[in-house]
Amino acid sequence: MPEVLPTDSVGLVSPQAMTFQQPLALESGATLAGYTLAYETYGELNAEHSNAILICHALSSNHHAAGFHSMEDRKPGWWDTCVGPGKPIDTNHFFVVCSNNLGGCHGSTGPASVNPATGKPYGRDFPDIVVKDWVHSQAQLADALGIECWAAVVGGSLGGMQALQWSIDYPQRLAHAVVIAAAPHLSTQNIAFNEVARTAIKSDPDFHDGDYYQHNVIPERGLRLARMLGHITYLSDDSMHAKFGRELQAGSPTTGFDMEFQVESYLRYQGSKFAGEFDANTYLLMTKTLDHFDPAKEYGNDLTRALKQAQTKFLVISFTSDWRFSPARSREIVRALLENNLDVVYAGIEADEGHDAFLMKIPQYLEVFSAYMQRIAAETAAS
Amino acid sequence: MSLRPDLSIISEWIKPGSRVLDLGCGDGALLKYLQETRNVTGYGLEIDDANITRCIQAGVNVIQTDLDAGLQDFSGQSFDYVIMTQTLQAVRFPDRLLEEMLRLGNEGIVTFPNFAHWYNRLQLAVGGRMPMSRTLPNPWYSTPNIHLCTVNDFEQLCRERGIHILQRTMVNKERHSKVGDNLLPNLLGRNALYRFRRQ
Repeated sequence: MPEVLPTDSVGLVSPQAMTFQQPLALESGATLAGYTLAYETYGELNAEHSNAILICHALSSNHHAAGFHSMEDRKPGWWDTCVGPGKPIDTNHFFVVCSNNLGGCHGSTGPASVNPATGKPYGRDFPDIVVKDWVHSQAQLADALGIECWAAVVGGSLGGMQALQWSIDYPQRLAHAVVIAAAPHLSTQNIAFNEVARTAIKSDPDFHDGDYYQHNVIPERGLRLARMLGHITYLSDDSMHAKFGRELQAGSPTTGFDMEFQVESYLRYQGSKFAGEFDANTYLLMTKTLDHFDPAKEYGNDLTRALKQAQTKFLVISFTSDWRFSPARSREIVRALLENNLDVVYAGIEADEGHDAFLMKIPQYLEVFSAYMQRIAAETAAS
Repeated sequence: MSLRPDLSIISEWIKPGSRVLDLGCGDGALLKYLQETRNVTGYGLEIDDANITRCIQAGVNVIQTDLDAGLQDFSGQSFDYVIMTQTLQAVRFPDRLLEEMLRLGNEGIVTFPNFAHWYNRLQLAVGGRMPMSRTLPNPWYSTPNIHLCTVNDFEQLCRERGIHILQRTMVNKERHSKVGDNLLPNLLGRNALYRFRRQ
């Protein structure tokens, strides 16, 4: 918990919520009668409304990207390394918006929300959501906030894929897309990992086929396992070794089944923490959304064609040790952008931290990111 | 804006409004200059971290790439010019890269230090040491230059590969060397600049 707020922090922030009464037509054909998006903003919108940045979050994050909700918070928002005064997304220049994706469990309408048709939580009845739906709902939020065109839509991992989708669906409504540690679609191996995580949740006896709200329980064991698995894939072998090595947990016996390595304790901690704050149905929904993301699909599996209408300038960043979304996957995106003669900067950052590198203080990463965002700041100031 | 002399000469060769690919673009100075003065569009490829940041600051589209790993991210004949300055001698497969340049561009432009320059010859013949100079500043054990060549070597390779040389200019120290151009370029020219295309 911060005794005093760091000077490069956006400080104390409050989540906000925007409710939309008009129905949202989803890609699946279903309609959401109305919905709420939870979001946070940092910095000031300028008079021309030209300095707005949209941050898209990763699979299990939310709208709390930066700053603290209270002085009792142990940690700041999930992307505090990159958002704040003097940081790459510099709140001295930009008005930053980060919204919780539709289907989420931190304030936006999701499976745990009450279905107006039944008066009960949606549970498994919550409609399928695809990344396009997220983009459409965020466009409604942009309208409500008076933002005609984002200076940039920025995201890491799934958030990067969402930024890519923005450039396809609303080419006129963003000047830049920053796509970090992403891929044009998931690999088969990625989908397989997600399926193990989903199976862990669904096979928990407390899951009750998604209706656990009615039983006043949560499939905690399943969620814990899902998170533990996820965590392994977000780190690299090297970073795990550097962080924990083969050290035993303090007080652990040195033989027998109760012997515990530090990495085990870490994974258990991460699993339990996650199970206490994340909705199982949201996890199922969002991993499915991730699995199905594939903008090239409706263009004959040709990403170059999918990006033909994009007019956005791009920054694409990958990390060498990211085996979940490897640099080669980012190069696929770069290649399609080059074939469309779009403006693109690509940086392959040397980093040991695996997929999670996009959340970390890696000097070259922050330098490249800052330099690019400063270019955008200069453009918005000149406009 | 003061541009390196070889870059300044190259920029004279580029037609306004062209699409350019710069292999080993360094801090992006040439592309920035061409964008500002000749309305050129295109990309720079660079491997060095610090240069990536400088290119971004210069407003240049830079793609972090190891030239030794090939240029398969680019499709054929999409550029008017593919440029490679002071880099040919530092790559693993200079001959393949020359072919790649003409796969991607109508014309190629390269510059390299001419190893047969009289000053290099003198150091080797009389001193018995590997040459060092302004254009070859590193000692043999730490030089990135693994495929140094001479004007005659380069032109021989072009003949063998069916590459037609359109223009050659020699540059000494700070300026274009007329003597180097006209008289014994392989002996008197410190740096060689070539523009070429497929025969």
